[in-house]
Amino acid sequence: MESVIVSSDFQSKIDQDANIEPKDSMPDAYREHLIRQISQHAHSEVIGMQPEGNWITRAPSLRAKQILLAKIQDEGGHGLYLYSAAETLGISRDEMIRQLHSGKAKYSNIFNYPALTWADIGAIGWLVDGAAIVNQVSLQRTSYGPYARAMVRICKEESFHQRQGYEIMTKMMNGTEAQKQMAQDAMNRWWWPSLMMFGPHDSDSPHSGNAFTWKIKRKSNDELRQKFIDKTVQQAEVIGLTIPDPELRWNETKQMYDHGEINWEEFKRVINGNGPCNRQRMEHHMHVHAEGAWVREAAEAYAKQQH
Amino acid sequence: MMNKQEAIFKYLVRLGDCALIHGHRLSEWCSRGPILEEDLALTNMALDNIGRAQAFLKYAAEVQGNGLSEDDLAYKRDERAFYNNLLTELPIGDFAFTIAKQLLLSVFENIQMQALCKSADATIAGIAAKSHKEVRYHLTHARDWTMRLGKGTLESNTRLQQAFNQLWMYTGELFEMYEEDAILNKQGIAIDLNELKTPYYNTITSILNDSNIKMPVADYMQTGSRKGIHTEYLGHILSEMQYLQRAYPDAKW
Amino acid sequence: MDTQLDLWEVFIQGKSGGNYTHAGSVHAADSNMALQNARDIYTRRNEGSSIWVIPSKYVVASNPEDADMLFDPANEKIYRHPTFYVMPEGAKQI
Ligand SMILES: [Fe+2]
Ligand SMILES: [Fe+2]
Repeated sequence: MESVIVSSDFQSKIDQDANIEPKDSMPDAYREHLIRQISQHAHSEVIGMQPEGNWITRAPSLRAKQILLAKIQDEGGHGLYLYSAAETLGISRDEMIRQLHSGKAKYSNIFNYPALTWADIGAIGWLVDGAAIVNQVSLQRTSYGPYARAMVRICKEESFHQRQGYEIMTKMMNGTEAQKQMAQDAMNRWWWPSLMMFGPHDSDSPHSGNAFTWKIKRKSNDELRQKFIDKTVQQAEVIGLTIPDPELRWNETKQMYDHGEINWEEFKRVINGNGPCNRQRMEHHMHVHAEGAWVREAAEAYAKQQH
Repeated sequence: MMNKQEAIFKYLVRLGDCALIHGHRLSEWCSRGPILEEDLALTNMALDNIGRAQAFLKYAAEVQGNGLSEDDLAYKRDERAFYNNLLTELPIGDFAFTIAKQLLLSVFENIQMQALCKSADATIAGIAAKSHKEVRYHLTHARDWTMRLGKGTLESNTRLQQAFNQLWMYTGELFEMYEEDAILNKQGIAIDLNELKTPYYNTITSILNDSNIKMPVADYMQTGSRKGIHTEYLGHILSEMQYLQRAYPDAKW
Repeated sequence: MDTQLDLWEVFIQGKSGGNYTHAGSVHAADSNMALQNARDIYTRRNEGSSIWVIPSKYVVASNPEDADMLFDPANEKIYRHPTFYVMPEGAKQI
């Protein structure tokens, strides 16, 4: 009986577009859904530091090195804001990290692809952050207050991320033949995985029913993906990059781009652990976590002595 | 004998290289911090250093006046033309090693930058003033962690003690003066590094005492960077850092 | 055992004289670390001129179910607002 009252009261709040705050009563399924989504989001920010981090020591100018460092540092910060938001739901960061290591919690598939050349740093900023921004902008209006507030802060900081990536691509497309090839090659490798970031087609999306009723999700996977494609195609054209999709064309009636089918085989394979970098990313994270244990223990021991 | 212009150039490159190589090493911590918060702290300090390197090298390029940029200096110079202190180029090691290195460098830079704020060269004084603020924070961070690790657990104390023992022989070089110092000290542009020695070792001694770390013994001090003679580590840093610029000499990034 | 150190709430004052606003939280073993972490995480873009950090365990929040009891009664006390009062026409600067 109790839970029925809770959820009808809860749903009426949601229907009025009111935010849900940590101490408000909420259905367990809402809490669980949020924990899964926010922690996955947080882990993505943190794991995403690895492919870009791979190029910090090789960044080709002092300016580029500072931009990249500041960008990756932001991503770490985003991870932190999101862990903070998830912690208000009663899960500890320690537990979230355990779930990441056990495989129970996931992170965005995109970071299971390798950053092979400097152009990949451009492609990641432009396409991967670009895709993430489309999603994050819509999440600023998500129903859970701490998550929405984290998203507002994150969107503000994200604004330079996509630009720095596009700037790298632009410079390379204005550069030597070798640079142009490098840029197009990165485009070819990152385009499709970027489209996969929005998840399966709406028709194959298992969790989205509740997510919409609870206003955790405000726009569908396909809607967001379309939005991303429509704005990115023009940006590619301006700098002379070819989108690696022979079926891509402007649909005059729908006023949007038609595109080819995503390789869902690959999508599933990578999600299930068999992408180029899945093992490497997890090993790195687990190794660093284990390496840091003695430092954290020392800090705790020292703090205890101070009392 | 070097002229004044050459002396200023070398001095600026020394300052710039220290920050560049130190920042490079700190940036290696990205995604490797013992806790996420610390990851952000270490990258912040890396950013401070690379920013400082950019400022000093830019000025060095201006002084040299042959149309090169700060990037040319950072990315196209050979190993023997780098003048950073050896301490900055040593590998990051474990967190204790990095903290010990941070302490030994930031105590030095704190007094160095403070003194350089009074340089007769206004540009140097300006960069030093900005850097001094940053370095004071680095020092606070390093001092707090030295205390935590020194007093934390037996393991952390042992690791930190070993780190200080290993790093100690590189501290003497911080105070080594060379041709350029002699020329620039007379004009009030550079500072007398001998005068920094006592406050430096006093500060280090008191922090180590407070942290249950024994003072390492100085039976030998390794130097060489004033002549561009480095440890074997620098070559590897440069081959990584300079890779794109060297592989694609006519490309702009 | 929790490996992530204690949780602290961070409050940032944007400009001197302004209110301290809740920014989020950080993990830290002691108060110095909490302050430094808060600085590195929440003021990277000049957002702050001063920081408070408070162990999260000491933050006590009001119960949402008590909201009507706690806050609704204030709605009735309209005499606390200057617009409640009728001023004679022509009176200036009051
Ligand atoms: Fe992000
Ligand atoms: Fe980003």
